Amino acid sequence: MTRIPLRPLARILNARTKGENPDAIERENLRLRHEVIRDKGRSRAQLRLLFLSLCFFSAFTVIGARMGMLSATEPMEPRTSSLGADITAGRADIVDRNGRVLATNMLTHALYVQTKDLIDPARVARELAKIFPDMDAAALERRFTDGRSFLWIRKVLSPEQMQAVHEIGDPGLLFGPREMRLYPNGQLAAHVLGGAAFGAEGVDRAEVIGTAGIEKAMDARLRDPAQANQPLELSLDLTVQATVEEILAAGVNMYSARGGAAILMNVRTGEILSLASLPTFDPNNRPNPVLPKDAEPADSPLFNRAVQGVYELGSTFKIFAAAQAMELGIVTPNTPIDTSSLVIGRHRISEFDNHNYGPTKTVSEVIEVSSNIGTGHIALMIGGERQQDFLTRLGLLSPSPVELIEAPGAKPLRPKKWPDIVTVTASFGHGISSSPLNLAAAYATIANGGIKVTPTLLRRTAPMEGPRVMSEQVAHEAVTMLRRVVTNGTASLARMPEYAVAGKTGTADKPKRTGGYYTDKVINTFASTFPAENPQYVLIVSLDEPVDATGPKPLRTAGWTAVPVAAEMIRRTAPLLGLRPAVEPKPLDGLTAVSN
Amino acid sequence: MRPVLYVLSFLAVMALGFWAYRENYTTQGALREVAALQDEIASLRESLAIQKAEWAYLNRPDRLRELATLNFDKLGLLPMAPAQFGTATEVAYPPPPVAADMAPESAPLGLKDPVTISGTLDAGGEQTP
Repeated sequence: MTRIPLRPLARILNARTKGENPDAIERENLRLRHEVIRDKGRSRAQLRLLFLSLCFFSAFTVIGARMGMLSATEPMEPRTSSLGADITAGRADIVDRNGRVLATNMLTHALYVQTKDLIDPARVARELAKIFPDMDAAALERRFTDGRSFLWIRKVLSPEQMQAVHEIGDPGLLFGPREMRLYPNGQLAAHVLGGAAFGAEGVDRAEVIGTAGIEKAMDARLRDPAQANQPLELSLDLTVQATVEEILAAGVNMYSARGGAAILMNVRTGEILSLASLPTFDPNNRPNPVLPKDAEPADSPLFNRAVQGVYELGSTFKIFAAAQAMELGIVTPNTPIDTSSLVIGRHRISEFDNHNYGPTKTVSEVIEVSSNIGTGHIALMIGGERQQDFLTRLGLLSPSPVELIEAPGAKPLRPKKWPDIVTVTASFGHGISSSPLNLAAAYATIANGGIKVTPTLLRRTAPMEGPRVMSEQVAHEAVTMLRRVVTNGTASLARMPEYAVAGKTGTADKPKRTGGYYTDKVINTFASTFPAENPQYVLIVSLDEPVDATGPKPLRTAGWTAVPVAAEMIRRTAPLLGLRPAVEPKPLDGLTAVSN
Repeated sequence: MRPVLYVLSFLAVMALGFWAYRENYTTQGALREVAALQDEIASLRESLAIQKAEWAYLNRPDRLRELATLNFDKLGLLPMAPAQFGTATEVAYPPPPVAADMAPESAPLGLKDPVTISGTLDAGGEQTP
């Protein structure tokens, strides 16, 4: 590049001769030179800008094109990665503590119709009505031809029905795959499992949602794709559950009860091994019963008596008063208690059947013979406030925390005020209602040496770590008292050579809806723990309106109805639980006690 | 020298092209095989799930109880009872070992193949301690 000098000598000399300022020439040249530099710089910057915008343009085009392709193409399973095969089940299985299946999924098909593709709607309607007897050919044909283009026919089909529909051979009949919830054990543990139904439905899939029981309470866990491969392990034992249900059904039948409930619970871990309620239903085909107006909610088979049944539980509450009085140091098992009379204001407390247990009985004997007056006196010594606090700490006054959707709704009924009369009646389980499951948890707390037990339906191995409600000594003495109820008291039918049962009977009159109590309708409860020397399980059996009509006089007390049922349950389930029968200690050979 | 280089690089491009062509088709074949295997795995899993459900259905306690009742004369099954627990003392001691069993394995009997023995054993005598 040739550089033009700023002061060319020829022009300077020329200018000087003309008398002009030579500096003007220099400035002019400098200006020209700057102009050239500026032009160069601009074109370079323009080039750079162009290059950069090209880069951006192509980058955005690539991203845009990729997005367009992704949104426009059909979704495709990633076939090459090995992860794809793992997601087969949409909803996790439910198994019992030994891994036996309680709920699983099965692939089936739904049937729908694209009416535009139907060749001969009249024939299809006729053929479908032949396969599904509940359908009407004329109505179907009307729906095929009234202008709609899409129609669901069936939510699930059996393989035989599907084959029959295939054989109709009309291109307008189409199948959509469905995962169906299956409960292979039928009615077993129906109230725990609840049931499931289809939620949002599409042509190629439908979501399965839990409608009741643990299926609904644990819905989020069961639907979580990350845990779809791991089944939900329940604490139930299928064999024990089947045995308990069988015996409960036999008991309900034998004593012509309206229903019954049974709960078997491990006192160390709080695991519920069996939870049964009768009448029951089949979760595969969950009914939707329409009850007559005057029916109790408990008449519905869907009603879970063990959890939702908030009843007055009667004398089973007496042990709580005795245990609390011992815990407070007011009484010992041998303290004499007045059992002659108890009058609170206008109310006179009477014994069952107007028995008279004499002027005094020890605390232990009060529990043994189930004296209302004696328990009332103990409760008055404790006082209403402390009693409320103790019952609350045992969990009897709040809904059970168990993993069932029905549990939070079953609030125990308690009086708003707590005058002395309530203190007395609550001590023998009247005027205050709780569910059998709460009772089981409270008895488990006593059997667990006084450490609070929270019931759970999920399998756990670690022992319960709850707050201490009573001292170990008191809990032990309470179990000994319960044992004496079986050996000497009202629950003598639970005495058996194999297992030492400890328990308390409870007979509560049913409240009338209009107020007051029925005289011939009772709820019988037997709350027990076994083996008494080292309690491991708690069993609650509750029967609704049972009557033992075999004798000359109908017997309605728990000792004659709930106790034999519970005893049979213990005899049958304890071996399944691995409990060895207690053997009476044999005298050592050749050694006998002799004196002189 | 230069033409030789041109020819050589041309040949190399041809060879690489051929190699890429073959690799492409092998990969596609492998992908197809994977897809087929995934399909097979999925259908096997599906039938596994159905068979598990069927196994649970056939083993439901109701049915087993009914079958045990129906076949009581053959099987004689009863519900488990507390009396069925035994004690260790009820288990018989194993019979004392026979002298022949006590002999160490390496005893040089010189027998490799089984031999046939015929005759009668003397029932009496003092064979076992």
